[in-house]
Order: sequence, then C-alpha cells, then structure tokens
Amino acid sequence: MSKALKQLTVVSGKGGTGKTTVVASFAALAESKVLADCDVDAANLHLVIEPTVVESGDFYGAKIAVRDLELCQQCGECERRCRFDAITATDIDELACEGCGMCVIACPHQALRLETVSCGKWYLSETNYGPMAHAKLAPAAESSGRLVTMVRQKAEDAAIERDIPLAIIDGAPGIGCTAAAAITETDLALIVTEPTLSGIHDMERVAQLCMQFNVPVTVMINKADLNAANTQRIRAYCADKGLGLLGELPYDESVTEAMARQMPLVEYRDGPVAQGIRAAWEELSEILSN
Amino acid sequence: MLHADRPTVSVAAGKGGTGKTLFATSLAVALNEVQPGQVQLIDCDVEEPNADILLHPQIAEREPVKVLVPEVDLDTCTRCGRCAQECQFSAIAVIRDAVLTFPDLCAACGVCAYVCPVGAIAEVERQVGIVERGMSPEGIHFVQGRLSVGDQRATPVTKATARMVDVNMISILDAPPGTACPMQESIESSDYCILVTEPTPFGLANLQDAVETCRRMELPCGVVINRDGIGTPGVTDYCTAEGIDILLRIPQDRSIAEAYARGETLAHSFPQWRDELVDVYDAVCKFLRSESTLTT
Repeated sequence: MSKALKQLTVVSGKGGTGKTTVVASFAALAESKVLADCDVDAANLHLVIEPTVVESGDFYGAKIAVRDLELCQQCGECERRCRFDAITATDIDELACEGCGMCVIACPHQALRLETVSCGKWYLSETNYGPMAHAKLAPAAESSGRLVTMVRQKAEDAAIERDIPLAIIDGAPGIGCTAAAAITETDLALIVTEPTLSGIHDMERVAQLCMQFNVPVTVMINKADLNAANTQRIRAYCADKGLGLLGELPYDESVTEAMARQMPLVEYRDGPVAQGIRAAWEELSEILSN
Repeated sequence: MLHADRPTVSVAAGKGGTGKTLFATSLAVALNEVQPGQVQLIDCDVEEPNADILLHPQIAEREPVKVLVPEVDLDTCTRCGRCAQECQFSAIAVIRDAVLTFPDLCAACGVCAYVCPVGAIAEVERQVGIVERGMSPEGIHFVQGRLSVGDQRATPVTKATARMVDVNMISILDAPPGTACPMQESIESSDYCILVTEPTPFGLANLQDAVETCRRMELPCGVVINRDGIGTPGVTDYCTAEGIDILLRIPQDRSIAEAYARGETLAHSFPQWRDELVDVYDAVCKFLRSESTLTT
C-alpha cells in the first residue's frame, strides 16, 4: 500500500441516508482521486458516475464441493462430517456449502474435490471524474467482504500507477463483513447519518466499529431539519465521543431529482444541500491534507 | 378475512433506507389489530436492528449466539502447519514459532481440528451476537438478533434469529438490506417476500437484484413502492414488464418521514393505513392459495 495515498471511506450504518449522493458529489468536487464503490451488494455509484469499463475479471470468492460419482461409494462419511448440512451421500446443496473442504479431506475414497466458483465480477473503469473500481456480486452469492477488499486493491493499484493522492470509498451499510472491509485501514471515515431514531442507533454502532479499527470519524447529518431534537442528540454524541461534525444538510427533494437524472447533486443544482456538500468537502480536504 | 394458513412473510429490500423496517413494523401493528396476540415480528437485520425502536418491546429473554473457533494448545502443537494448509478461509496461520488465529475469518467448519495430527486444536465457543425475545405493548411477539459490534459474522446470528419463526403465528420477518448471505438466510424461512423499494434508478437497480435472488431461491415476491411520486417510472415499468405485483404504494410525504424520525410506525401515526396494510397480507395469502391450487 502506498503511504502517500489517503483513503476516505463514506459509511452510514443505516442504509439510504445519502451516502452515495455525497460520494458522487465529492467525486465531482475532488481534484485528483480514484473512486471505489465498495457497497458491492447494492452498488449504485455507477448509476451516477457512468463508468466505461477498461478492465474486468471474475471474482472467485467461494469454493464448493464437487463429487466424482464413479469414485463415490455413498458411505456417508461426508454427511457425518459436514457442519453445514450441505452434503448427503447422494446430494450437494450448493447454496449451503461453505467450501471448507471437510468432506474432501474426510472422504475415504477421494471422491470429492473443491472447485472455485465465480460469484461476481470486478471492474476498473474510466469516468469523467477519474478511475473507478467497482464490482457486481452475483445474486444469491456470498463472500462480499473479500470482494470489497479486492475492489479497494484495484483502486489502490490505479492510484499508485497514476500518482493519485486520494481514494474515495463508498462503503456498505451495516457493521458486518462488507462494511468492516471498507473501513479497515483507511485514514478517515465519514458517517452520513439522519436524525431518525434508527439513523442514530445505526450511526452509534458503525462509529464504535470505526473506533475499534482506530479509524478517525467525522459525522455529517443529512435531512438535519427533519427532527431538531434528534439532530441535537447526534451533535451531543459526537461531542461526547470526540468525533468531528462536518456539516448539516437540510431535507430537500432536489436530492431525489438529481438521483433520478443520474447526476452528482453539485452538478445538478446549487441549492442548500449542494452548498452544504461543497462546504463539507472543503473542510474534508483540509483534514485529509494534514 | 385472513387466511388460516398464516404464511410467513419476509420484508426485504435490495437498497437500504427504502422503508423496509417502517413497512414491516406497520404491517405487524395493523395485523395485530385484526388478530390480537397472533402476530410475530422477527428483526433479522442483525447488523443494524431497528424494529425495536418502532415497536418498543419489553425484552424478556436473551440467548447468546455462539460459534466455534479454534484454540491451539501450544505445548502439544508441533508447528507442522497442516491446519493452515487445509483452512480455506486463512483463519489460522503458523509463522515460525507462533500460531495465529483470525476468528473473524473462521467459518467454524472444524477442518483444522480434524486434520491436526497431534490433537492440539480444540474448538471453543465464542459469542458473536444475541437473540432477544419479548412483547410489544400492544401484544406483538417480538424477536430480534443483534450482531456484536466488532464481529463480522452476521450469518450465524441471522440464522439463529430466523429460526425463531413460529409457524402457528402470523410471522413478519424484517430482513437485512442487500442480496448477500444474511439477506438470503432471512428470507429462506418465509413463504413470500415483500420487496420495499423507492421509485428511483437506485431503487430499481437494487430491486432487480433482489427479485433475481428471490427467483433463484424459488420464493414468490411482490413489491411495495415507498416515497411514491418522486423519481422516475422505472420501477413501475419494470414490475409491469416482469409481471410482479405492486402490493402497495406509500406516497412521498414529509409527515411520514417526520413520524418515522420520532420512531412511529405508519399504523400508529396514520391509522387510515391500517386497512391497506391488512389488505397487503390478505393479497399475499390469496396469491399463495391460488399458487398451491395450481401446483397440486
């Protein structure tokens, strides 16, 4: 990993708080950066940033057990050893199989082997805003944490190759493997939250996760005028935990209009939300350059 | 009339923040009005469970969710490295004299202990989350799973939570967003999946993935459009073209967003929605009944 490369990851805990809208606008505002859409389960940044794919590949996240029927004696040792109820003496449940290889090792007749399966694709693209790494997880696939790591690696490689100083990462909602893989070893996490009780609860959980990873946190409150008391609670939480508070954006339907037109908000309309994002970006570039 | 079979309905969304939990809890409240004490709400969004914020349950039971992780007896271990060689998840490594384990990567498959030639690996339980059960003030049976912050293995917690479905009740399952393993584990135990979306290009893209996931799992699904009136007609056009039922449209309305911000369901703050919510469940029952007649 290049020491010169700064990495900003944008997360939210709760989905739908405006994470991708913020990232798309930052993409338009930042001078030299790579983008990484690490919300691989529900990737949306490409809908705003229109990438032209220049490189792509299969993502082999998981393996599954495959049986050689000629060698199999149907002894059932695989079934007895499998912890995931994924195999019987005659059948393999591909969705349940974790690809751990227990059955392969346990089979006394060497009738089983592991095969890699493609569970998605990664892409490196050119966009009007610089290079972008993204991915598409196959429906009903798994291993998305590893796909996130792969997307980040592709973005980092592109940054190093072109001497780009900044990576902006669109993270996944939640606090599980995909969110964690987008947060770990970044320079700053921006949590986009909203003043709903769910938004606050989820922000607190993802903030705790960032703190466990020793990643500094700054918070942006979207739709801040939706509930004044809840917005105050978020401010108080940030003050109490020593988290940065980057800005407050008002509730504004032009955000949805920009999304419907598939444009970064700051390029669609210079309303109060766009101005708020501009101001936040200036402050963020300041923080990131230190 | 509610269908006697009481199918289990999961509520999911490809995209987060579309109103999944608002819809699931509102549906539970509305159904509980009609069938008091017969409704169960199971929050399977274990990374960020929120249904309790809207339903205010009194939690009566707490059950830890544990998974097995390897524990190496360094005195017995010969550092042969067989465990690391066979582990498909890079969850155990032997580096010179040290043996490192990475519990977050461990799938609890037991391969390391099985292959160890000197029996130096034991499997010990480690808590990754909790399943909580209780009752809301109006009598909704409430279950939620919570992943411990810092643990990344949502799937075992989701599985343990989804197992709490009581088929004798009207069970509503709130699934996590996305289409990856925790979402699949949640909707797998249901008879029908309601996909909540918003009428934007983001909502549409993630809805298409969610529909495809349901189809691969051979689970029937229908759509609820939240914030109807904003955005683009893409979602409606897609549902029409694919023959997917649009079960309900909830209009874009700042007062609904404000009520949600305060932690109120639609059924609590806008009682006029109760009948329409009950109709959604009835429509699902009717659909499943006609389908079972067709297939038998």
